[in-house]
Amino acid sequence: MTDAILEAHVTEGALLATRRRTLVSLRRGDRAFFWATRLSAYAVLLILGGIILSLLSGAWPAMKVYGFEFLVTQRWAPNAMPEPILGGLGPIYGTLVSSLIAMAIAVPVGLGIAVFLTEICPPRLRQPIATAVELLAGIPSIIYGMWGFFYLGPFLAEYFQPAVIGLFANVPVLNEIFKGPSSNLSLFNASLVLAIMILPFVTSVARDVFMTVPPVLKEAAYGIGCTTWEVVRNVVIPYTRVGVIGGVMLALGRALGETMAVTFVIGNSFRISQSIFAPSTTISAAIASEFAESSDLHQSALILLGFLLFVLTFCVLALARLMLMRLEKRAGK
Amino acid sequence: MSDRAIFAARRRANALAMALSVAATAFGLVWLFLILSTLVVSGLSGMSLSVFTEMTPPPNVQGGGLLNAIVGSLVMTAIGVGIGAPIGILAGTYMAEYGRHEKLTTVTRFVNDILLSAPSIIIGLFVYGAVVVPMGRFSAIAGALALAAIVIPVVVRTTENMLLLVPNQLREAAAALGMPRANIVLTVCWRAARAGVLTGLLLAIARVSGETAPLLFTALSNQFWSLDITSAMANLPVTINNFINNPDPNWKRLAWAGALVITAAVLGLNIVARALAARSKSR
Repeated sequence: MTDAILEAHVTEGALLATRRRTLVSLRRGDRAFFWATRLSAYAVLLILGGIILSLLSGAWPAMKVYGFEFLVTQRWAPNAMPEPILGGLGPIYGTLVSSLIAMAIAVPVGLGIAVFLTEICPPRLRQPIATAVELLAGIPSIIYGMWGFFYLGPFLAEYFQPAVIGLFANVPVLNEIFKGPSSNLSLFNASLVLAIMILPFVTSVARDVFMTVPPVLKEAAYGIGCTTWEVVRNVVIPYTRVGVIGGVMLALGRALGETMAVTFVIGNSFRISQSIFAPSTTISAAIASEFAESSDLHQSALILLGFLLFVLTFCVLALARLMLMRLEKRAGK
Repeated sequence: MSDRAIFAARRRANALAMALSVAATAFGLVWLFLILSTLVVSGLSGMSLSVFTEMTPPPNVQGGGLLNAIVGSLVMTAIGVGIGAPIGILAGTYMAEYGRHEKLTTVTRFVNDILLSAPSIIIGLFVYGAVVVPMGRFSAIAGALALAAIVIPVVVRTTENMLLLVPNQLREAAAALGMPRANIVLTVCWRAARAGVLTGLLLAIARVSGETAPLLFTALSNQFWSLDITSAMANLPVTINNFINNPDPNWKRLAWAGALVITAAVLGLNIVARALAARSKSR
């Protein structure tokens, strides 16, 4: 009898001890997991901080030597004696202009595709076409570069550029912008390749925001006899304007920093030419093609270019995010 | 203008706009078709079994393959995803499970979105300054770290979004049983969000396996067989980049074959990820 009571008591004590141990280990695990996740969240912030710090420290020597002159100097002579003369105007100009031309092509086309997908496409074809366009975003950028270099470039130089040059030969201003000779490697070729690459980004954001338009609004417009185009222009686009602009900026951010595709087709010329059919360069192309063989001040100048590119894309992307966030807030209300 | 004329003008404007939007779609699809068809034609003509079984050849030597480059790419992608995925999943978990209404989450989400679209060459410059310079040489581990920095934002984004979709009742039910928070996350939330997180992971792998720019001056490349992650290692994108810019026809042939391999892998991963996402959504 006593034995049985004693035994029960002992097991209960053992149970309590196990229970306490389990609880302690659970609590410990809980804290450990919490901190593992929290530190990982900090790690994301750390990457951004690391990028800024490492670019700044790498660019410092060039900043000290060239200062603001760097932004307005066109000459890029890393082997000049006694000191290399390095100015970033050429690549900065090339980056901005190639991205702007790419946007001018990709935005109307991307919006057109989004309108097609949301308004006129038969429902059965919607998903396959949307997936096909998004697959364009999946193709690695070096493939675009190779294709642009071996197929698109020669084709444009042979047929498209001479036609355009001839067309505007007698129009003032335009004959400077579209000036010969045609070339396999040119700013325009880079812009076209960029446009194809960012098309999926414009399309998918535009399609997503177009689908947020309440059907009631569209139905009301159709009900008073609007045509599809009038519904798109007067209801869908005004309703989604902020989101569309956000998506466009997102695509612009991509275009500014795109590297491999551009490096292959732009021709790497630091001289600024008025003609968009002449070779040029962008910041990312300059870094990709020269960084491995650079040293000292030359390398520092390339990192400085990289820093400028980062600041530029940071501003564009931050603006895009703020706009899209504002839209989300409105949709959530 | 009579009513009839106005009506006709509106119909014409509509027809024109609709025709333009169809033309835009055709324009977009034509590029996909052109790029893929030239890639398949050029890639298949250079394809042979030796591409997968032999090492990269020296210039002006016939034959050879891309074995060391393919293995190098796999090694670097594996390490990059091995480092990036856990950090990304944990960070996304913090944002969705613990700090849902904290300032830290808002800031991290914003920073993460910026990193998601930051130019990959900038990541390359960052890793060059942070790893290659202190180490004193190019290395596979530097390349893998650059890839990890690209993987993290993708995984953070999808993990957070997927966890936010998990209904709160599940968490409450688990909490009512006396489960600690960590176990709720591990056994309930993660399980519910598994398919979505896996999709994000696949997309991240697809994204980094085609990346060239961040590897150019971190992992560099290598003509030989090497599994030493502290020295330069051959990898498919940089090898393609070096081979295609060379007049040697044999190198060009291998570059196109490699391009086909890489694109097939990336698009394949994309399609699997999409199918997975579609299936989990329909369930």
